[in-house]
Amino acid sequence: MGLIFEYRQILIEGTIVTISLAVLSLLLSVGFGLLGAFAKLSPSRGLRRIGNRYTTFVRSVPELVLMMLIFYGGQALLNDIGQATGLWGYVDVNQFIAGVLTLGFIFGAYMAETFRGAILAIPRGQIEAALSVGMSARQVFTLVTWPQMVRYALPSFTNNWLVLVKATALVSVIGLHDLVWNAFSAGRSNHALFTFMFAVLVIYLIITAVSDGALRWVDRKYSVGERKA
Amino acid sequence: MAQPQAKPEADLSLQVQDLHKSYGKVEVLKGVSLEARQGDVISMLGSSGSGKSTFLRCLNLLETPNSGTVTVHGEDIKMATDRHGVFKPSDAKQVERIRARLAMVFQSFNLWSHMTVLENVIAGPIHVLKQPRAEAIEKAKAVLERVGMYDRRDYYPSHISGGQQQRAAIARALAMEPEVMLFDEPTSALDPELVGEVLKVIRSLADEGRTMIVVTHEMGFARDVSSEVIFLHQGLVEEQGAPDKMFTNPNSARFKEFLSNTRN
Repeated sequence: MGLIFEYRQILIEGTIVTISLAVLSLLLSVGFGLLGAFAKLSPSRGLRRIGNRYTTFVRSVPELVLMMLIFYGGQALLNDIGQATGLWGYVDVNQFIAGVLTLGFIFGAYMAETFRGAILAIPRGQIEAALSVGMSARQVFTLVTWPQMVRYALPSFTNNWLVLVKATALVSVIGLHDLVWNAFSAGRSNHALFTFMFAVLVIYLIITAVSDGALRWVDRKYSVGERKA
Repeated sequence: MAQPQAKPEADLSLQVQDLHKSYGKVEVLKGVSLEARQGDVISMLGSSGSGKSTFLRCLNLLETPNSGTVTVHGEDIKMATDRHGVFKPSDAKQVERIRARLAMVFQSFNLWSHMTVLENVIAGPIHVLKQPRAEAIEKAKAVLERVGMYDRRDYYPSHISGGQQQRAAIARALAMEPEVMLFDEPTSALDPELVGEVLKVIRSLADEGRTMIVVTHEMGFARDVSSEVIFLHQGLVEEQGAPDKMFTNPNSARFKEFLSNTRN
């Protein structure tokens, strides 16, 4: 315990990186997810094809591979473009930003499936009723679709979020000093890996418990009008 | 029971000309026209598959007709053929404006399940008609009392009966202060003992001179309340006219057959 206390600063810093990475990636994935869901449900065949390719591609490639592909590949691509056009010199891609982009992109695909299912779960007649009083497409979304799709999406959304929190550990591979990376280096240099990994376990459990409480609150808020089983 | 009379053009609330609609190779509407003057109650009858619900849904563009024109109070809904050769409305804002003037009541009520009865009624007036919230609530109270649902204003749709849901849906339509009300088989999804309370409300709306087009299977209602009855058969108007004449002495053999089938 003493060792953990001694290294609390580095663990707290790591936790902050992990949480901010997870939250920002989540926001980005919701954006990608909504775009993906709309594309998949679009009347336009071209958009549907793009949406389907996105979700199929992401879900079939390991997160780790995509992460390295975007981080190293993206950096190489940026520098090649910079060199070819002479517009910019050598750039170093920030690991945090690369992590957010990669995780947001990956989990956007899972969110797209979640949102697509949730939108389809809303009875078509309720959308027609909204159109029939003269609501615009945007009003139909904000007044009728969104409040109901949140409820339908929540169980699967919660699942995605918990997997996302754990997937943030992958960014230690590209050298971001998140909770896992910090704990691993502290543990290794003190020959106390078990102690530090146990602390990591506890911290992840706390993050999960807190988000579980928050999502329960959201569920209650969006379940009005539901018949309780 | 009022007979349709010749009135000047300006009184035409709704005019539909030569509406065609196909799903793939199946032609559901083969050129249906209709004129509704202010205060008309037009009942549309026909067996299932005759195209009556499709026709009604084309009027507020929930379905897009393949050709034909819909004119609401002298204003044509603008339609155009796009670059893919699809005939569709060309002015989305106009469609929204026209829909707000043609309130629709659905077979399956379609109340928004995350809103209370009152919230269902005020949503359109606030967000589409841009009424201030307080004014919308005031008016909602009046229409809810009108349909006998004021006591249930704070209930969610899943907690009230089908008949109550349909009356709430009628209140939602009334709150839009529409020029024409479209009823799409408003009692077909109801338990038999709940049909009466809904018909009573629709009947009272007809009595106060509201213009409405009612797709229905309720023969008694069509006979007693309508100013005009239209019988659709296989996507065409087979017979139309005053209910007294049509129910006692129909010209069309098919309508005779339809009547004798529905009496059983």
